[in-house]
Order: sequence, then structure tokens, then C-alpha cells
Amino acid sequence: MRVRVLHHWVPILFIFLAAYPFLPFATATRGEQFTLLLIYAMLALALNVVVGYTGLLHMGIAAFFGIGAYTVGILTVPYFPFQQSFLIAVIAAVCTASFISVAATAPTLRLRGDYLALVTLGFGLITLYAIRNLQSITEGTDGMNPIEPGPLPGIVGDDMSAFRFAETWGRQWYKFPYMYFLVLVTLGAVFRILRNLERSSLGRAWVAMREDELAASCMGLNPARLKLAAAAISAGLAGLAGAFYVVAQRTTGNPQAFDFTLSMIMVCCLILGGLGNRAGVLLGVILLLGFDRILTPILDNWIQEFITTGGKSYLKLSGWRLIIFGMALILMMRFRPAGLLPAARVQHELENNERRDS
Amino acid sequence: MLEVFATSDVGGGFGQYLLLGLVAGSLYALIALGYTMVYGIIELINFAHGDLFMLGAFLALQLAVELGAKTADDGTATISVALFVIILLTPMACAALNVTVERLVYRPLRNAPKLAPLVSAIGVSFVFMNLGLFWMGATPVKFPDLIPDDNLLTGSGYRVTWKDVMVIGVTVPTMIALTLFVRCTPLGTAMRATAQNPVAARLMGINVDRVIAATFAIGGALAGIAAVIYGLYIKGVGYQMGFQNGLYAFTAAVLGGIGNIPGAVIGGLVIGIVGELAKAYVDPKWSEAIVFGILIIILIFRPNGLLGARTREKV
Repeated sequence: MRVRVLHHWVPILFIFLAAYPFLPFATATRGEQFTLLLIYAMLALALNVVVGYTGLLHMGIAAFFGIGAYTVGILTVPYFPFQQSFLIAVIAAVCTASFISVAATAPTLRLRGDYLALVTLGFGLITLYAIRNLQSITEGTDGMNPIEPGPLPGIVGDDMSAFRFAETWGRQWYKFPYMYFLVLVTLGAVFRILRNLERSSLGRAWVAMREDELAASCMGLNPARLKLAAAAISAGLAGLAGAFYVVAQRTTGNPQAFDFTLSMIMVCCLILGGLGNRAGVLLGVILLLGFDRILTPILDNWIQEFITTGGKSYLKLSGWRLIIFGMALILMMRFRPAGLLPAARVQHELENNERRDS
Repeated sequence: MLEVFATSDVGGGFGQYLLLGLVAGSLYALIALGYTMVYGIIELINFAHGDLFMLGAFLALQLAVELGAKTADDGTATISVALFVIILLTPMACAALNVTVERLVYRPLRNAPKLAPLVSAIGVSFVFMNLGLFWMGATPVKFPDLIPDDNLLTGSGYRVTWKDVMVIGVTVPTMIALTLFVRCTPLGTAMRATAQNPVAARLMGINVDRVIAATFAIGGALAGIAAVIYGLYIKGVGYQMGFQNGLYAFTAAVLGGIGNIPGAVIGGLVIGIVGELAKAYVDPKWSEAIVFGILIIILIFRPNGLLGARTREKV
């Protein structure tokens, strides 16, 4: 029975998160942290399409997160003439990220694993430099703000008081908990779509290619087309996450937020949770980013009550974050390379065999 | 990054930029050798190598301060002793650290899928970076200015200092020694054999684990030498310097054909010169993007690098 409950932790988590804003102890700050976590979960699921399903190491996912974010920024920020609504901007962000990804992946299709990883790394860095240097468009390190678009074409949405459930709820649609619900529903939809995608012929073809590209191509699969599809879907989802990110933050912030570290943290989440397994990816994001963004500040405040840190980074838990991430990667690779929740495919096959035997 | 190269008060001109590029390139080449040797032997992109270089620079700085060599006015004797100790101890410490990491982290993963050691290397890189952060703090620190900055060729229109002489004077003999070592010594031969085919090498009685450990030791020592020179030349070190210098060096290794020792040197020089020329003639802000753009273009059109041998994927 215990196993059954564990099997269904993802729906339980979603139900809890959906109920969270109605709970008496809910605060807007915590809710906004949860929103951010859910957005990163979306980004991790996006990365999982390439790394988990097709087995290609992608080290520049943050670039597409950034492209999505800046597309929304350019289309909605007041000092540009576009002034589009959020819906239009999101669609544009997804399309732009997908298109750039396909255009950047197409010439690199014949590369082997390590080299492909390097190309994605280089692409991520170039995108970051471009964002930082094109100051006339992206505002450089200052970031574009305010990003406060209306939700749909023709609707401003800056007064949601009619829909407020509690006094603590914000008035604007892009604040907690409206944005939170929107992100939660989108994440749920992405989760569901990816589940279907995994089971579709495309998803099965990806896995076949991951296991043995030569054998897969001998069976009539077209690896080039499969890789392009994975790159497009992955980048599109990352762009979607980026679009939500800027609106939830109401600024693009410092381009540093889209750098190599973010790409690597996403890879960490995937590896910690379990490559190729959606639930595992979710768990990885909750553990790693939940620790980084939510637990660490709480514990740091707690530590500060006992000792004066005096600016020494090793006396604060946040100073240890890279060591913790690094050790997580090293230890996982050493002792549990398939992740905390290994992909279901292997388990599934084992279960089926048992059933057939009995 | 290497801002000093671009902003130093030189007369300018193509030749001067070429010289600056040559100096920067020699540094990249030293770091690139560590990448290329490790990749050549176990096909691992050692992401931690750049951060090992960073820790080496921090150790050199710490040693210099401990030995009382804080400025160029501290007396020739003090500085000579300090320089001697630094150039001796830093590479040894880097080599020891690299071998330890290899023993603890990469060796247990020798038979794991290729992704496993790569991801572990990223993990090691994170740990090193955090250690660097603890050691010297988040802001870049000044490295003691121990070597005089006087122009040796006053009036010629070029600017060559003792530092430039030092960089060339250290890197060129190091590379020659390395080439001779790999070509002529038994251990070097064993390395080449292991790189070609580890199984066959083992069958021929080569202790492959020891050869791999030796490769990491040499790579680490080269990173240590590069770290000392970098500190003395650039005069500023920070915990994030490993990442970008490492990537430049790695680009150099790929450019020359990864796994290929002369290739790494040529790649390093090309990257250094291209970076400097881009800074001088295009825009300093875009020079990094240009270097990584070259990386991508090389990977697309000539994945085996300038000198790399054509390898076929094993089926």
C-alpha cells in the first residue's frame, strides 16, 4: 500500500499546491517563491525532453529560457511600441525560442555527443553575451521593466478585486495567487502533454534513438528529424517557462539569471531526480531549488540568531550552495546514476514480465 | 577576463596586438594541454580543470603573501625566493589535487556510461569554485606585482616587458619538455598506447590506472604553471576566473583537435590572437562571443579540429 501512495505523489502534490493559496498560513512571499519553483519545474521538464528522452546532453537550456523571457519583455514593456498582451507575447516567445533552437540545431545534427554538448554550451554563452551587450534592446544588466502586460488582448487586468478570495490576495493578475494558479495549471498541462508525448510514436522513437541511434536509423527512423523535433519542443517549453518567469518577476532582471549556472542547475535537477522521468524531474526541482530558494534563506535566518556571520560566506548555508550541488552530482553519479526516481520504463517492463509469468 | 591585455598603454598597431595575443594564447595553450591530454586518454571533458587553475592561482597568491613578497619593492632576494617556491609548489599541489580527484571521483566511474564522469566533473567544478569562494571571497583580489613592467624595447614602437618574456620563457620550454616526454619516455609511450586503445595497452602489460593518474598529474601541473603565470601577468584573481579561462582553453583544445598535443598549443595561440584582434578591431564586449562563435563553427565544419585525426564512431 505504501508503494501505491508513493506512486501517486505527483497528483497529491498538485492538489496541495492548488489548495495552498486558500490555506490560512499562505503568504504572498512564499506563494511567489512557489510560483518561481513551478516555473523552474517547467524549464526542467523542457530540458528533460532533450536530455532525458533523446539522451543528448544539452548545456544551454538557459539561453532559450532567456530568449522566451526577453521576447515577452520586448513585446510588452511600455517603452517599446508593441504593447502586446501576455497571451500574444507568450505565443511569440514559444515560437521564437523554438525557431531559434531549430535554426541553431540544424547545422549541428551530425555531431557526436560531447561535441553537441559543447555547441549547446557555446550557444548558451553567446546568447547571454548578446543579451548583455545589446543594451539598446535589452537594457543590458539593468533589465527591462516594468513588465506588466494585460493578460489577454484588450484586457488590462490590473484590478482583480472582484475575484479576490481573501484580503491578502493581490489586485493585479500577475501577482500571487493569480499568476500562481496560471503557472500551476500550465505546468499541469505541460506534465500531461509530455506524458502523452512519451507514449506517442515520437516519444518511443526518441527512446529508441537514445538506446541505439544506429539501430534506430536502420529501423527506418530519421534521427535528424527526431533530434530537431526534440530541440524544437524543448526550446519552446523553455521559452514558455521564460515568459512566465519575466511576468512573475515583472522584470527581466540581470541577464546573469540566464547564465551557464542555471543550465547546469537544471541538469543537476534532472540527474538528481531521474533522467527521462517526469515525476523524477519534478522531485529534483523541488529538492534542489526548493532547498536553494526557500529552505536556505529560512535556515540562514535561523543560523543568524545564534552566531553573527559577519559576511563570512562559509558561516552561511547559502555560501555552500555550489558545494552542495556539486556533491549531489558527484554522489548521485557514483551511487545512484539513474536518479532518485529512475525512469519508469525499466520498472514497467519488469512489472509486465511478472504479470505475464503469474 | 583578460582586460589588461586590451587596456595596457601600448602604442597599438597590428604587431602589438599580435604579441598580446601570443602571450594570452600561450596561457590558454598551457591550460588547454590539461584538457586535451585527459580527453585523449579517457574521453572526459574535464570541466573542473579551469577551476583547478583558479585554485592554483589562489595558492600562488597565498604563498606570495606568506613569503612576504607583496610588491616589486620587497627586495630581489625575497622576490626570487618567493617566485622559486611558488613556481615549484603550485604545480605540485595542483597535480596532487588533480590526481586525488581522479582517484576518488573519476576512477570508480571508469566503466560507467560516458555521461557519468562528465557530470561528475561538473560537480567537481562546482565544489572547487565554492572552495575558491571560501578562500578569497566573492570579489576579485589583487595578485602581488612581482615582476617589473618596464618596456624593454623603448623607442621601437612596441611594448615588451619582462612579463611577456616570462610568459614565453616559461611556456615554450614547458611545451618542448612535454612533447619530448610524451614522445621519448616509457611513460609517454604508455600514455600514447593507452590513448589509442586502453584494452590493448592493458594486455601489453601497461598499468592503465597509473598512466591515467600520471596524465591527470601532468595536466594539473600545467594548470598550476599557467595559474602562476596568469597571476603574475594579470595581477588580479577571482573565484570565477576558472570558468571562462577554462572555456577559452577548452575551445583552444577543440580547435586544435582534442586529444592532440601540438593541436592544443596551436589552438591556444589562435584563440589568444583572435581574442586580442577581436578586442582591438571589433569590440571588446563581443570578443568572447566571437571566440565561442569560432568554437561552434569549427565544431560544425571541422569537428576533429585543425590537426585532429579523423575518428570513426565505434559501433
